[in-house]
Amino acid sequence: MYDVVVVGAGVTGAFIARELSKYRLSILVIDKESDVAMGTSKANSAIVHAGYDAVPGTLKALLNIRGNKMMKRISEELDVSFKMTGSLVVCFSKDGIFELEELKIRGFKNGVEDLEIIGADRLREMEPNISPNAVVALYAPSAGIICPYELTLHAMENAVENGAELKLECELSGISYDREVFRLETTKGVIECRYLVNAAGLYSDTVAEMAGDHSFRINPRKGEYVLLDKIYGSFVNRVIFQLPTDKGKGVLVTPTVDGNLLVGPNAEDIDDKTDTSTTSRGLSEVINVARLSVPSLDTRGIITSFAGLRATGSTGDFIIGPSPVNNKLIHAAGIESPGLTAAPAIGEMVADVLKKNGLKLEDKPDYCPYIEKYTPSRKMSESQWNEAVKKDPAHGRIVCRCEKITEADIVASIRRTIGARNVDAVKRRTRAGMGRCQGGFCSPRVVEILSKELGIPFEEVTKSGGKSVFLLKKTK
Amino acid sequence: MKEVDLVVIGGGPAGMAAAVKAKEKGVQDVLILERENSLGGILNQCIHNGFGLHYFGEELTGLEYAARFIDKVHRMNIPYCLETMVLNIGSDKTVTAVNSTEGVFTIKAKSIILAMGCRERTRGALNIPGTRPSGIYTAGTAQKYVNIYGYMPGKSVVILGSGDIGLIMARRLTLEGAEVKMVCELLPYSSGLTRNIVQCLDDYNIPLKLNHTVVAVHGKERLEGVTVAEVDQNRKPIPETAEFVPCDTLLLSVGLIPENELSRDAGIELDPVTSGPVVDARMETSVEGIFACGNVAHVHDLVDNVSNESELAGESAAEYILGINVPDRSETIVVKAGNGIRYTVPQLIRKQSLSRDTVKIFFRVADVYRNVRLAARCGNNILVERKRIKVTPGEMETLELKSQALREINAGEELVIELRTDGEGH
Repeated sequence: MYDVVVVGAGVTGAFIARELSKYRLSILVIDKESDVAMGTSKANSAIVHAGYDAVPGTLKALLNIRGNKMMKRISEELDVSFKMTGSLVVCFSKDGIFELEELKIRGFKNGVEDLEIIGADRLREMEPNISPNAVVALYAPSAGIICPYELTLHAMENAVENGAELKLECELSGISYDREVFRLETTKGVIECRYLVNAAGLYSDTVAEMAGDHSFRINPRKGEYVLLDKIYGSFVNRVIFQLPTDKGKGVLVTPTVDGNLLVGPNAEDIDDKTDTSTTSRGLSEVINVARLSVPSLDTRGIITSFAGLRATGSTGDFIIGPSPVNNKLIHAAGIESPGLTAAPAIGEMVADVLKKNGLKLEDKPDYCPYIEKYTPSRKMSESQWNEAVKKDPAHGRIVCRCEKITEADIVASIRRTIGARNVDAVKRRTRAGMGRCQGGFCSPRVVEILSKELGIPFEEVTKSGGKSVFLLKKTK
Repeated sequence: MKEVDLVVIGGGPAGMAAAVKAKEKGVQDVLILERENSLGGILNQCIHNGFGLHYFGEELTGLEYAARFIDKVHRMNIPYCLETMVLNIGSDKTVTAVNSTEGVFTIKAKSIILAMGCRERTRGALNIPGTRPSGIYTAGTAQKYVNIYGYMPGKSVVILGSGDIGLIMARRLTLEGAEVKMVCELLPYSSGLTRNIVQCLDDYNIPLKLNHTVVAVHGKERLEGVTVAEVDQNRKPIPETAEFVPCDTLLLSVGLIPENELSRDAGIELDPVTSGPVVDARMETSVEGIFACGNVAHVHDLVDNVSNESELAGESAAEYILGINVPDRSETIVVKAGNGIRYTVPQLIRKQSLSRDTVKIFFRVADVYRNVRLAARCGNNILVERKRIKVTPGEMETLELKSQALREINAGEELVIELRTDGEGH
């Protein structure tokens, strides 16, 4: 019997678990996927928003601002790559200034006080590659970029290190409630708990329905992205937005914390919650719209493309609070943008909601907010790297040439608190295979290392769990 | 800091040939740095034959071809470090590398030869839309799984791109019992060698679909199929021709890209067409004393040519180190890719380096042409001309020019390599 079960190991579930792990509680996080951050948290714009977009008074506005202000501390505690680069909303006509003024006022109401409207000269000085048609922009110094799966993984690991449990490949199929106890039917057996937190992302309406709650719907909204080689990483210095539309913040162009250039997303409402396929139309749309901001964008630099699904809630705002049918079921649903920014604040809010609904939160004196830091070989100083090689020669064997990831880094990613169990999981933890050859050279070696570390034959090593094997059988 | 006369980066066919030649020409202190766990480079996974007809006058497998050079390296006592990754090259000719025995170390070299080879173009670079399942491999990666690891990546296969590795893999996978359903080629002609099309596709009844490409990838976990479509003259897919082809494996053989990240960081000028360093006729890059050869300079179709080119680079590096025939770098003839020519290597000739009798210009044509003449021209003066019945972009061409004639060209003038037609196009 757990005090709290959290459904969903995305960034929202991870921060809820981390927040709850501060208290004397038994906590379990379940997720149907083979790793954390496998839904919306893994494929998004990776932006820490300043907070001027959301309508004042909404949870989106409130939690965006709170999350933004927490992010620096969180990134230090959790050893997550985060850069406060600032962002620009650019306009291509003088009239746009009125809309920028509106955004600025909205931002002010939300508590973003350092917004500034800048003219063409200053804009070009800040961003030399910006379109000559861009005449005015809204500058938000407090926006930033972050690695979303690293943030999720490290938050969840910190929760686990503080006593929370995590069950992956554990899919929820039914909920019953009797005598103050939830009985959860899952692919890993029946689980019981006193409080249930629904952080199931795209599937949070399905989870609610299992408990008889039909109060909201989640509609998947697809966004496609292209990622460019690191030689284009300083093509822009900040997050470059265009004026937002009713479907989102539009196509942005941004450096990533790892030094690539990310371009996207478009926005398409779809029906299938598993459809993360890219389309030629979507990818060209993204490139064409991005070129309005930066006309010299060089598509020869594209190293990969991907699509992510936003969990767009039917209420228009984040849905955070007790279910109308059972106040021991707490929703954290409809977490679309700015959900990544808001996640730490959502964690705090959900803990507060649980408390208000009777969960006793008693401080745990040995709670530690810091994750054990792992420095990859490439980020060591020369003397540190040499010391590391002396202790473990695997630090001297580069497996991923493009990103300079060593065998030691890969082994560590498999052995860490929430260890990688497949090639994509290694990639998200280490960046092996993220570079320009996209795993061409290193994936055979990564398969070999996973096989050895996990004690499984080559044929059972997968790309991303399930049936996604690389190799079928031995040759003749 | 350790000092070495010549550091060769890469122990594949290019690096080995360059190192051996440099040592033969009198450089005592040569060191090869290789990132894999053995010398030989990509030849180690090439168990098929067809190597060495030009260089050795006999047909060898890739492994046998490599073994001959590995033997030379051993016989000449050329030291090499394996599993050693070069992290950085400075324009002052320092080389920083890492391995598991020495950690991170820096070497000061008098001269450097770049022989890092190339990598394969990926699905991402092509931007093929669809899902992201397992079962999509570059042809070379699949070749490594099959020939080095001894595992089959799949049992029903579509190959996109008719590059040589794709053709070789079509045969290899068929022999291992897989069904290779088709090879799709975007262009109206194959970029592979004719002999490979005959021996690897025709002999096994594998259809080569020219003017076809893969327009979508399907399958959530493992690949379940691809959509193939014909393309129009502008290489745009024709929607009505789209056809779903079930398969569990997609191999990509869609081009090779010279690996010049180290070169770029060292400030070496790169040619946007070859993606390799701009080199002179001695294979010297824009940084004095740094030479490049093999697939890092431009992608070759025959290793025999790589060996010859690399020996030239090795000899030039030796001359540079020993202070023989070092040219004045300001006196240059620009080699220009003219009508019908995609690129040339070298891209320039230093006049004072014309110590050998002849200079070879390597180049590729831009399209398939029949009944043409390949010519080297300076102004109105045609220095050399060769008749050809058929030329294709997949087969590298050469023209050999007499140094005597080149000496008469003034520095700053252009030597144009061009295709001259007798009326008939392709």
